[in-house]
Amino acid sequence: MARAATTADAFNAVAEPRRRQILDLLAGGERPVNDLVRLLGLAQPQVSKHLRVLREVGAVDVREEGRQRLYSLNGPALKPIHDWVKAYERLWTERFDALDLVLDELGRKEEDDEHHE
Amino acid sequence: MSTTSSHSATVTLPSDEEILITREFDAPKHLVYRAYTEPELVRQWWHARRGTMTVVEIDLRVGGDWRYAMVADGGQEVAFHGTYREIVPDERLVTTEIFEGAPAPEPGQEVIDTATFAEVDGRTRLTLLVACPSREVRDMIVASGMEDGLQDALDLLDELTVTLR
Repeated sequence: MARAATTADAFNAVAEPRRRQILDLLAGGERPVNDLVRLLGLAQPQVSKHLRVLREVGAVDVREEGRQRLYSLNGPALKPIHDWVKAYERLWTERFDALDLVLDELGRKEEDDEHHE
Repeated sequence: MSTTSSHSATVTLPSDEEILITREFDAPKHLVYRAYTEPELVRQWWHARRGTMTVVEIDLRVGGDWRYAMVADGGQEVAFHGTYREIVPDERLVTTEIFEGAPAPEPGQEVIDTATFAEVDGRTRLTLLVACPSREVRDMIVASGMEDGLQDALDLLDELTVTLR
């Protein structure tokens, strides 16, 4: 069950809309906190709080450069979430693949009916 | 017409309480709607090739109930039911969805499914919006895709190949 808990933790961290916004911004490359504060229009303490949560689940990395703290995205940590959604997506893909067959048959029947009219 | 063409369903999480599933079909929308609402047809696809349908009941009217049950290949029974809230033939279906393996939700706390059928050039885009009462319920539903042992195995294999790269 350890795996499920890890996934849930990371998922909860990432599910928050503001934190998703931060991840979107970091997807474009490494950024200092000030950048994020300006782009998000939030107060610095709020941004720092979100960054702390993301760091705790390993979704972002931080490094010091001079007086700046630079944040970047940690792709592999986000993979469990990606997988989580993917497995659900696969369920629907399989379900709809089966639906395709039903539709093929309905389409053929409809054509037959038209020929008979 | 090819019967093996496999298009992926796309799943996104537009908000903390929602799941959005989209898929296009090579068929006009009145056929997709039929396949979605006639019990003999639902019986042929809803199982996702993961088991056998045992119950498909559809009372297609506002206030009418539906119930689907299947026995998965692993032996476990899975059942859902709900009530139709809005029906626009060939266009839109809104229904509640209740998973019978969990405690019954309080009134107003049900999951609401909205299926929309949109046709362009003889093809149909099906959009299924799953609106949940909370993020926890949403996450649980997404996690249900993981229940299948085979899928878990495939995921592990997936992870392994990424590690090996």
